[in-house]
Amino acid sequence: MGLPLVESALQWNSGILNANRDPKNDDVEFQITRLYSRFHSLDKGENGALSREDFQRIPELAINPLGDRIINAFFPEGEDQVNFRGFMRTLAHFRPVEDNEKSKGHDASEPLNSRNNKLLFAFRLYDLDRDDKISRDELLQVLRMMVGVNISDEQLGSIADRTIQEADTNGDMSISFSEFIKVLEKVDVEQKMSIRFLH
Amino acid sequence: MLAPTLLLLLTAAGGAAADLYAADAPSPPPPPPPPPLLGGATSAARAERYAAPGVRLPRSAEQREADASHHGGGYKVVQWEWSYVQTPYIIATWLLLASFAKILFHFSQRFTTVVPESCMLILLGLVLGGVVLITSKKQPYQLDPGLFFLFLLPTIVGDAGYFMPARLFFDNLGPILMYAVVGTLWNAFCTGFCLFGMKAAGVIDEKVEAGLMEFLLFGALISAVDPVAVLAVFEEVHVNETLFIIVFGESLLNDAVTVVLYKVYISFVEVGPGNVQTADYFKGIASFLVVSIGGTLVGLVFAGILAFVTRFTKKVRIIEPLFVFLLVYLAYLTAELFSLSAILSMTFCGIGCNKYVEANISQKSRTTVKYTMKTLASIAETIIFIFLGISAVDKSKWAWDTGLVSCTLIFIFVFRAMGVVMQTWVLNRFRLIPLDRIDQVVMSYGGLRGAVAFALVVLLDGEHVKAKDYFVATTIVVVFFTVMFQGLTIKPLVKWLKVPRSTNRKPTINEEIHERAFDHILAAVEDIAGLNGYHHWRDKWEQFDKNYLSKLLMRKSVYRKSELWEAYQKINIRDAISVIDQGGNVLTSARLSLPSMASRTSFPEVTNVTNYLRENGSGVCLDLQVIDTVPGAKMEVESETHHFLAGNLYKPRRRYHSHYSRHFMTTGDQERQEREVFQRNMRSRLENFKSTRYKRYKKDRSQKKRRGSDVKEQEANDKPRRNVSWQDKDPIVVPLESEEEKGEHTEPEKEEDVGITFVARKAPETPKERPKSVPAALEVCQSPSVFPPSPTSAEKNLPWKGGLGTLPVCVSMEATKIIPIDLQQAWNQSISSLESLSSPPVPAEPQHPRVSALSRLGGPARIHSATVPVTGLGSAGSTDTSQGSGQFQFPAGGGGGGGEEEERPLSLQQQEMQPLMSLVRPPPPPPPPPPQGAARRRNPCVYLRSLVAAPPPGSEPHSRRPTQL
Repeated sequence: MGLPLVESALQWNSGILNANRDPKNDDVEFQITRLYSRFHSLDKGENGALSREDFQRIPELAINPLGDRIINAFFPEGEDQVNFRGFMRTLAHFRPVEDNEKSKGHDASEPLNSRNNKLLFAFRLYDLDRDDKISRDELLQVLRMMVGVNISDEQLGSIADRTIQEADTNGDMSISFSEFIKVLEKVDVEQKMSIRFLH
Repeated sequence: MLAPTLLLLLTAAGGAAADLYAADAPSPPPPPPPPPLLGGATSAARAERYAAPGVRLPRSAEQREADASHHGGGYKVVQWEWSYVQTPYIIATWLLLASFAKILFHFSQRFTTVVPESCMLILLGLVLGGVVLITSKKQPYQLDPGLFFLFLLPTIVGDAGYFMPARLFFDNLGPILMYAVVGTLWNAFCTGFCLFGMKAAGVIDEKVEAGLMEFLLFGALISAVDPVAVLAVFEEVHVNETLFIIVFGESLLNDAVTVVLYKVYISFVEVGPGNVQTADYFKGIASFLVVSIGGTLVGLVFAGILAFVTRFTKKVRIIEPLFVFLLVYLAYLTAELFSLSAILSMTFCGIGCNKYVEANISQKSRTTVKYTMKTLASIAETIIFIFLGISAVDKSKWAWDTGLVSCTLIFIFVFRAMGVVMQTWVLNRFRLIPLDRIDQVVMSYGGLRGAVAFALVVLLDGEHVKAKDYFVATTIVVVFFTVMFQGLTIKPLVKWLKVPRSTNRKPTINEEIHERAFDHILAAVEDIAGLNGYHHWRDKWEQFDKNYLSKLLMRKSVYRKSELWEAYQKINIRDAISVIDQGGNVLTSARLSLPSMASRTSFPEVTNVTNYLRENGSGVCLDLQVIDTVPGAKMEVESETHHFLAGNLYKPRRRYHSHYSRHFMTTGDQERQEREVFQRNMRSRLENFKSTRYKRYKKDRSQKKRRGSDVKEQEANDKPRRNVSWQDKDPIVVPLESEEEKGEHTEPEKEEDVGITFVARKAPETPKERPKSVPAALEVCQSPSVFPPSPTSAEKNLPWKGGLGTLPVCVSMEATKIIPIDLQQAWNQSISSLESLSSPPVPAEPQHPRVSALSRLGGPARIHSATVPVTGLGSAGSTDTSQGSGQFQFPAGGGGGGGEEEERPLSLQQQEMQPLMSLVRPPPPPPPPPPQGAARRRNPCVYLRSLVAAPPPGSEPHSRRPTQL
């Protein structure tokens, strides 16, 4: 248990490597321990890695419209196992941004929970084919997941069109990541994409 | 100017009014709920009339008798009936006065930005009070606690609760509850004990006969942050929404604490401190739980009832707002009835019902509810502050003790600040985004005391609480200090501290979508991380709400609609309005093309116009006919002038009403001028669009023909639907028609708007490919010969046999040149959604050529087409003036001026009756099949809307190239 914890502590804290001097060190350790036990309870195969089935066993995810997309986000491309490190890496996107991180957000290595990375996480949920663009089809798929069955394809299509038009600045009929950032620049992403891991 | 009026009134009214107020004075256990009347002020009037019936009613009866007997001798032409109208007259005058005061304050922009309105109102109250005192030697008016708690406060709280941003409120519920409960308790106890300590230390004069219990009681009532004051001040300050919701939420929710503390201490004071047993303290705690939870439950129960009731008001839209007011008010009264926390009850009733009620009631009812609530709340607030000022000028109340006043002021401020800092420290350990020091300063400084404290202190029983007069005086000073001094200085303070301000920005569709996605993501991540955090529970709640509550409390048609779709519609409409507001003038001269055009341009032209017409039964095409119809350009010049004049003359409202109905609002006197301008602009654009589009219809007709059998099949399938809709409509159409006809003759300027459209367009056009159609259009809409509507005449008049073939091309090209594409697209989307809004049921502006053409098939529909076009013709010109709708009225949907209210519910019904057609509809090609296979099952209503607003699914980027040929 020792090694993955240290590793993931770095992962978790990527950006604040001086975790030792951090007064919140205890919190960080607590968070990691907690998540580690969660990881193990999810890991039914007991092989130190989670498969998609492990995630799908979480009942709430089954009713989450974006559940499958989010599960996919945990798995690096082409793999169907995620170890604790990868698990933490993904969850680290959702750590709240702390003041001392904000100030040095322009470092070479941007912390995972930076605004841009949070947005990138959301962006990847839409961008299935990983071409760094949300096409109309991709948007439609996500919209369909989120709205359920009571809305017609035409309506959805017009919403999607409108959405793309609104965001699209270079006229390629899709939303690139920079356009995605731009269109959400007024949203308090730091708050709306953060979770308190302490409880 | 105001003072003399008042003087006159007061001297005349004199003591009678005072008696009335006295008669109405309530006792702490509130009287049984009076007959629920709409609106605080009127009910106040009514209640007071009932309160002293003996004075007036017999008198007036007597007078009438006298009249009768005198009739033979000499009939008095004019009689002085003051006593009969006295009370309502006085009340109405007060309201008028308060409203005038508001107008006056807002004359100077610079002044109002510096001085909060509440300060000015209190000052005005002081002045008025002074005048009254000088003239009548005693103060007949004061802020009467009964009036305040039963009528004035509920209007404000009701407004606040109903329009409370629910998401924001619940996001911050933790801090709000903490400040409301812990903070208020802390303030109350500390203030009470410290005042007692000061008394013991001799700082407070011996004359103030008060023991520990009295001071605690005083501390309890003085420590609660007041919702009225907070709202009044914070609304002008515009701090960021989190900060606002915390302070405001606290001021609402602390009511339970205040009520319980107040009642407990009163009973302790009455019993005497010595006789209080330990059990009583526990009873106090139990009472707190009962009062707060009970109040909340009462509110939620009423919210449920209200939402459920509004499910069934489809046929009686006109009383929808009444239901809202009544049940929200009843929630308040019922809580008072059981001496629960009425404010809590009303707040939660408002928060709870808002979502469902807003979804259920009609657009107009929504507007009515909103404006009525805001008006009542605003006037209640004004009265409260004026009366606070007036009440202060009363010699009998002044029992000044400098020690008490200054100590109280210092303590409430110090303890508020301490409480906020300590609680925030605790809260920040649990908050994602901590409240920083600046927030804490604003929260401490924003702890305003107000009318609730004053009303409570006035309610004290002078026999038991010997120091009542001192307390009253102190409370007045505290209220004035917080509202005036802090209210005045909080704005500069906020500026100086650079507190993040709230932006009045409305979310874009991207934000709507992505924020929803964020919510889902967070919920999923919490689940994965095994945290049962806030998002987890919110998600659970939303599931529950979606699966059970919404199903139970929302209309089926509404329930089926997606929130996202609603948001989308809203945004589109907003954009349409803003496009017109901002760029309206620029755009009018330019030709706009709608997205639907693009898809149609690619279809070859139809030759057989008559055939097309026959099959195109729907109302849309009526309008088209109107435009493109017939030659006979003789009257052109004449009509042009006429149109030009009439179009430019502003018509604030419609002048005649074809009929009156109590149950339906047929005409819209309340229509506002902006709307009218908006509609006019919209119409002109639509006309532009339609004249070009008509061609396209023809084209796609032919296209369809070519496509052959499968299309035929679809047509066949579609026919029954047209039948249904037409038959349903038939009875409605007839009266409308007649109305239209009537309007037609009496009101030539009705049509004007259409006319001006063409005039404006004509100049650029005539030299181009479209010389004929324009005059023709003018002709038609002008010439009364089109009326009386008969299918044949309408058909005959159709002018598009002339060389229209080239027209669409020219138009669309022009459009591209003139309007930047982005703007065009935004416009396109907006306009289509507007159309769908104004005429949801009928596929007014189908964008998909195939579908639209299909929708027009069907034999009986043809007759409809013949009649409706005519109404459409009339209404195209008349909607803005004749229609009260305040929305853009597409002729097809409205069916004619004044008919909308009646038609709407019916057409909704229609939609629900034709679920078949949605199944039959040609399957939209490309969008990937949704994970749930049920997507096929569409709500017909939604489907219809989609016809209106949705782009053809096949050509996704079509809107990018609206002019593509």
